[in-house]
Amino acid sequence: MARPTSAADAAGLGRGRAVAFVLPALVLIAVFLVFPALWTIYLGLTDYRLTGLAAANPQVVGLDNYTGALEDPRFLTSLWLTILYVGGSAIIGQAGLGFALAWILRSRTGPLRRVVEGVVLLSWILPSTVVGFLWFALLDRDDGTLNALLHTPGFAWLLDYPLLSIIIFNVWRGTAFSMMLYSAALENVPPSHLETARLAGAGVPQQLRDVVFPHLRRHILTNLLLISLWTFNDFTPFVLTGGGPEGRSEILPVYVYRVALRDGQLGVGAAISFLILLINLVFALAYLRLLRGRRRQQEVAAAGGPPA
Amino acid sequence: MIRHVLGRLAATVFIAVVLAFFTLPMLWLASAPFDDTPTITTSIPDFTLRNFAAILDNPYALGSIRNSLIQGGGAAALVVVLAALAAYALSRVRVPGRDILLYVLLLLSSVVTGTAAMVPIFELATRLDLIDTHLGVVLVVSGGLLPAAIFILKDFMDETPTSYEESARVFGASPLQILRHIVIPLVRPGLATIAVWALASVWGGFLFQFILLRDPEKAPGSVILYTLYTEGGAPRLDLISTFSLLYSLPVVAMYLFVSHRYGFRFHGGIKR
Amino acid sequence: MRFPSRPAVIAAPTLLLAALALTSCGSGSGTDSGGGSVTLTIAANSIQGGKNSESATWIKQWVIPEFEKTHPNVKVLFQGNGVDDEQYKTKIALDLKSRTGADVIDVDGIWVGEFAQAGYIQPLAEVGGAAADQWEGWSQIPQAVQGLGIFDGKKYGLPQGTDGRVLFYNKTLFKKAGLPEQWQPKSWQEIIDAGTKLKAAGVPVPIQINAGTAMGEATTMQGVLPLLAGAGAEIYAAGKWTGASQPMKDVLGFYQQIYGGSGLGDPKLQQEAKGRDKSFAQFAAGKIGILAEGDYFWRSVIEPTAGVAPMKDRDQAVGYARIPAKQPGGGIRGQDFVSMSGGAVRVLNPFSKNPKLAWELLAFMHSPEAIKAEQAGQVRISARTDVNDEVLTADPMLKYIADEVLPITAYRPGLAVYPQVSAALQEATAAVVGGKSADEAAAAYQAKLEGLVGGAANVGG
Repeated sequence: MARPTSAADAAGLGRGRAVAFVLPALVLIAVFLVFPALWTIYLGLTDYRLTGLAAANPQVVGLDNYTGALEDPRFLTSLWLTILYVGGSAIIGQAGLGFALAWILRSRTGPLRRVVEGVVLLSWILPSTVVGFLWFALLDRDDGTLNALLHTPGFAWLLDYPLLSIIIFNVWRGTAFSMMLYSAALENVPPSHLETARLAGAGVPQQLRDVVFPHLRRHILTNLLLISLWTFNDFTPFVLTGGGPEGRSEILPVYVYRVALRDGQLGVGAAISFLILLINLVFALAYLRLLRGRRRQQEVAAAGGPPA
Repeated sequence: MIRHVLGRLAATVFIAVVLAFFTLPMLWLASAPFDDTPTITTSIPDFTLRNFAAILDNPYALGSIRNSLIQGGGAAALVVVLAALAAYALSRVRVPGRDILLYVLLLLSSVVTGTAAMVPIFELATRLDLIDTHLGVVLVVSGGLLPAAIFILKDFMDETPTSYEESARVFGASPLQILRHIVIPLVRPGLATIAVWALASVWGGFLFQFILLRDPEKAPGSVILYTLYTEGGAPRLDLISTFSLLYSLPVVAMYLFVSHRYGFRFHGGIKR
Repeated sequence: MRFPSRPAVIAAPTLLLAALALTSCGSGSGTDSGGGSVTLTIAANSIQGGKNSESATWIKQWVIPEFEKTHPNVKVLFQGNGVDDEQYKTKIALDLKSRTGADVIDVDGIWVGEFAQAGYIQPLAEVGGAAADQWEGWSQIPQAVQGLGIFDGKKYGLPQGTDGRVLFYNKTLFKKAGLPEQWQPKSWQEIIDAGTKLKAAGVPVPIQINAGTAMGEATTMQGVLPLLAGAGAEIYAAGKWTGASQPMKDVLGFYQQIYGGSGLGDPKLQQEAKGRDKSFAQFAAGKIGILAEGDYFWRSVIEPTAGVAPMKDRDQAVGYARIPAKQPGGGIRGQDFVSMSGGAVRVLNPFSKNPKLAWELLAFMHSPEAIKAEQAGQVRISARTDVNDEVLTADPMLKYIADEVLPITAYRPGLAVYPQVSAALQEATAAVVGGKSADEAAAAYQAKLEGLVGGAANVGG
């Protein structure tokens, strides 16, 4: 993919000014992000609690919180649920639906496109406290709108399919970001390439694979990195299911909330937060590897066209 | 030809389904606030405006939306400006390890936005004398949003052409002038998107706003929404639905304004 | 291309200015707002127009003006909150941990122990001086209610009031099922019998005893603990926690009778995130026959005008009965009937800059006049018998709680690990609701409990 050469320093910034531009953000990040994050990671090594004797006199317990968590079946269940949740709602759901919308809407203009984009974006920007209520009103067993529409009175979506419910909820919630990102990315795909492929008799799947995907690789990487991270940390499903029934939708942020806030075990909560960070790292490395691997194969195809 | 028609038809059906899927949950927000006896069922309301009168009687409701605007607007402005500056510099000047650094910051932001970080955040705010100030909330939430904002904007700036910057340089423009008059107009839709994203993220945030603020006169809408429950935790649906609607309106209005004025996309005005 | 000659606006300094402007308007209030030379602050989980609005209104419109009248140099501020108890607890714990926060703080009696252990609060006499020990009100507060604010034999807080749990029942449904209008079961079996009759009469949910984790502490307070007391055991006694003892198995067995396929209760309702709210709505709609709840249910939920699930005919249609022991005489202390109580207290911030004045404010808030003024907003059971004697006659239900229930009630242990023990109890009931046998659930609870309280040595029975 042809990219502007950053190294040329087109704007003539120079190192000094570049540092001056980056510095305000870095200072804020250092004080309000790096420092508390490292402190939290340190707390993960202690038995610190919000109240009681351990609050007055916390002790360093080394990796006990980590081994404790990894031995706790509830944590392992929660981890597995989270992986399903991220995989289902972010990687497949949001990215898939977002791309599909971007692809279908790419050649359309006018009110229909604006309405669809508007509604999708609206579900992204409504406050999380409010959307929790909205979905609760939709899915409720006794009075939910969905049961009224489907004529399935008393069907307990949130109890019988808690994980599926929050996955669909999160697809609804977060598709907008992927849609916007892919819409922008698709505009970078030269129409002439698609035209050539179509004339050569390629169907939509082949066009996507051979022409579109090579142009989108970086966007896919960015998209997957961000939406996985956000979904891993998404607390909103708590409003819908409270983690229940009996922990069947207790994804990790809810688990941390329960351990840290409800049980007051801040040390354990901090340790689990760090574990979430590590799992995110594993996901990121996997994405990088997958997309890099593809890059070499596709390099030739992408290099074929004239620079756009 | 038939294939084309079928494809068209499939696309239309798909769009209809998507529209229904995204609209359905929002119906409650449109009906319950006007209902005399709201339940969680979406229904044609037994029309009344009494709920609005009741929410206006709440001494904190309207003020809390103003506070949300101060905190959300402050954070959005701070995040957009700082992230744009940093993203531009990182995009145009090669710094070794910048991608890794950015990703590490992104990972750390996930720790800081979680429940477990509340003690460090609170102690930090106490020592810096930021408790019970709008500024404290703005700084704390901005810290959590900045890495993602820089990450997205840098990607975005990488995509914008540098040829205009080069020619502007030939005409003797300073880097800040180039940024202001060349780059920002190019990336404006992206900045607008980040601004709305930051505002929306802050708008719904509850935990840090709650622990950092003391005076209920300074509490944002997300905190006041929580107060509309009884002593035993039962929701007062008449007040909650009405307040939810009022409290969502400013974000929606900002989105409409921004998308009308600047476009709401991640790409610039100029196609390469 | 043209560039303006004036220097481009530099974003950073602008921001800095904006930031300064924000700080200056932010830190203005609190300490230096006019009116007097000394500022005292009251914090509570109540807020005007929201949660516990009456209490907030009382503080702002009665306590503060009246106190400022007699203390012209003092300015009193109120920090209202309206959130879940855990969130409020977190906030005040953070405040006290960093040695800041309000001077007079509202806390749940159950937190006193863990706050004291953490060094967040100190005995009243040590903060407020000897006046706290000689306070006139102590003689008016029953010993058991005083216990809400006591830890390790020391008084940390002034109790505000208390409550009690009973069985509420719907008289209309009872009539339909051929059950007496004045009902007082004498054993668990009689509850089950009534439930069976209600079921036969077509009542959708004959019995609602809170269970499961989604109900949170409501499961423990309205379900497990009163039942456990009825089976003759307390959750914490003589330094040991109650494990999978016979009484605990009896309790879980009772749950199994209701939720294990008999159709006497609705298992799904126990699992729903808002199941308790729903139980309120269903009771008000005449779908639940018997419901175990605290007097909060009477005062704030089915209250005919302002309740969340108002029942216009509450006074005629709703009956209440004491919770029976498993069998007569089988309860704790050999009682026939049992209950559980809790209640809030107010503590002094040991890091207060004006501890003596803070005590004066606290004592003033607990004076008979103050409590009577508070009761004008909503009648509840206060800590003071002198006030109760006068005020409760207005509400026969609250009078019933005060006269019949409080003498037989019990309180929870105020220790830091209690919330987790409580969660383990909720999980045990959840397991039964989910289909496990009482014995299996009890065994799992025992294992969990041992992990929580530091080994089998701290678990009894």
